[in-house]
Amino acid sequence: MTKQYQALSPGHTACAGCGELLAMRHALQAAGPDVIVTGATGCSEVTTSGYPDSSFGMPWIHSLFENSSSVASGIAAALRYQKKQDKIKVIATGGDGATFDIGFGALSAMWSRGDDILYICYDNEAYMNTGVQASGATLPGTSTTTSPSGAVEQGNMMPKKDMPAIAMAHGCVYVATASPGYPIDIQNKVKKALTMKGPKYIQLLSPCVPGWGFSTDQAVKLGKLAHQTGLYPIFEAVNGQITSAMKVPKPTPSVSAYLELQKRFKHVLKNPQLLATIQAIADANIVKYGL
Amino acid sequence: MAKVMEGSRAVAELVRLCEPGVVSAYPITPQTHIVEYLAKFKADGLATYEYVRAESEFTAASVVLGASASGVRVYSATSSQGLLLMTEVLFNIAGMRLPVVMTCANRSVSAPINIWNDQQDALTIRDSGWLMFYGETVQEVLDLHLLAYKVAEQLSLPVMVNMDGFILTHTFEPVDIPGKKMIKQYLPNYKPVLGEVLDPKLPKSFGCFVGPKYYFEIRKELFDNVVSSLKVIQKEVLNFKKIFKRDLSPVEYFGDKQAKLVFVTMGSVAGTVKDFIEKHNKKSKDKLGLLKLRCFRPFPTEEIFKILGKAKKVAVLDKSVSMGAEGVLSGEMKRAFYGRKTCPLIKNYILGLGGRDITSGILGDIFEDLKKSSQSEIIFKGK
Repeated sequence: MTKQYQALSPGHTACAGCGELLAMRHALQAAGPDVIVTGATGCSEVTTSGYPDSSFGMPWIHSLFENSSSVASGIAAALRYQKKQDKIKVIATGGDGATFDIGFGALSAMWSRGDDILYICYDNEAYMNTGVQASGATLPGTSTTTSPSGAVEQGNMMPKKDMPAIAMAHGCVYVATASPGYPIDIQNKVKKALTMKGPKYIQLLSPCVPGWGFSTDQAVKLGKLAHQTGLYPIFEAVNGQITSAMKVPKPTPSVSAYLELQKRFKHVLKNPQLLATIQAIADANIVKYGL
Repeated sequence: MAKVMEGSRAVAELVRLCEPGVVSAYPITPQTHIVEYLAKFKADGLATYEYVRAESEFTAASVVLGASASGVRVYSATSSQGLLLMTEVLFNIAGMRLPVVMTCANRSVSAPINIWNDQQDALTIRDSGWLMFYGETVQEVLDLHLLAYKVAEQLSLPVMVNMDGFILTHTFEPVDIPGKKMIKQYLPNYKPVLGEVLDPKLPKSFGCFVGPKYYFEIRKELFDNVVSSLKVIQKEVLNFKKIFKRDLSPVEYFGDKQAKLVFVTMGSVAGTVKDFIEKHNKKSKDKLGLLKLRCFRPFPTEEIFKILGKAKKVAVLDKSVSMGAEGVLSGEMKRAFYGRKTCPLIKNYILGLGGRDITSGILGDIFEDLKKSSQSEIIFKGK
């Protein structure tokens, strides 16, 4: 009797309408059962692994916030030693805080070593599990609890770190972005990545209900709008060259269509200059990636 | 047959013979020679392990964590700042019950920056759940590594083998490195149980989120297991002695059996103390003894009491200090005697910080001071 493989079982404690676990479920389901997955501290671990239960259908390990990549390197080394590296794939995962910030040095080293690991970043653009603090992945203008909009300041003033470009510069054999607005695209990219040897990076936009401030039925819609406005370009790159990008509709919706559904950008809509800054990011993406 | 060899090289040779599956490390003085030799063995085709070069000690510890959770024997080595950078991972490794074995080449801690030996580094993580061994000579350090793997893999607990930086790592001593066959006889291949390691054949989750309902008992279990590991250590010390004819008892006593004045210490300085005592006891009426700890975690409280129950005065020689309290070993010794009917005067001497030489002149002064002492004190004895 074969039991059907379920990567992520129901019963986890994520918020209703969570975009992160949606993205995670599609990604890990596509990877299949012959994987070992490492997790980083954050919502992806807290909501799924409450002892003595676990939602994960594959061997899964969480150690700390900043070492998902290094633990994965250790697993990959053990698999090479055991000569199982062709049968079992290794996937490291982490949120944007773990990936862009605290675990960045370790991740850079994992890529530099050329370890045969797919790293998946769940990018919800702030430290959500600790209460929506700004990270290196936070968009300019975003109001978070450590970059609040106020009478003088207008939210986060730092640019979003371009992690896919950094991954490409490290020589990752495959780099892609995707969004739960397009679940089949997530699955295809994960499957494709796992056919390739070497370091790989996939960044999954992960709409966060409480962190972004939207109603629980909007995660998929926001996942689509992020792309359609050009604000979150969806593309893939093989050996450092961009090989495909998902086109945006023409005429292209303005970023307001995306921002107006989220509390984190409420103040932006009242500030034409800030709105223009964010629109300029989307416009530049459309040109850069040929969207 | 004994060969004269540098301490670091001897450790590397021994580790190679233990056949770890994964080695990961980051260079730091005075640990460097160990990891350089391990890299060279790999480069020369003399080793089967995967050697993962890390970009920090934090990553090195995380790599061996992941590899150990995958069911292979692992090894790392570090020192001083590197150990401190690993701290978060070290607590995690112990909490996850992974049988990681690591060498710490003991060195002082910054600031001020200083690369020479004392024992401040490892003692700062004494509460982590790692078993901690200390060697006096290079031979003892080698032997303790074999004991470390044997105990770690039986109990699913990590073990740190401490060797004084430079004094042991960079010194040439005659050592007997056992052959592969003899090592296998004592330390068979590591065979973890399916379901306790990462394997798609029986998928399990590791490092789960644990709330107040279970956390308390899980931490208590770790405490209990570290305490009771002493029995397993003692059993394995006997097994070791049968094969290798050398004693690795958690505590060793040297000197006059009836001595009322006893020095207590751990690590390489025990050699200097033995030399001093040997000469001293030949000419003095006030005989001296030495109690040397090979095992600091678990702390062998009863074994110490059995030996020191009749001592009148004890001088604890510490190469570390808990700022605002006293030497780390001294505090532990006092705890061992709390509430006992007989308790010697325990006096704490802080020595050798940042590589300051500990001479027999200093030990002579300590003897004189101890002889006339009537109260416990903490004395920084630099010269």
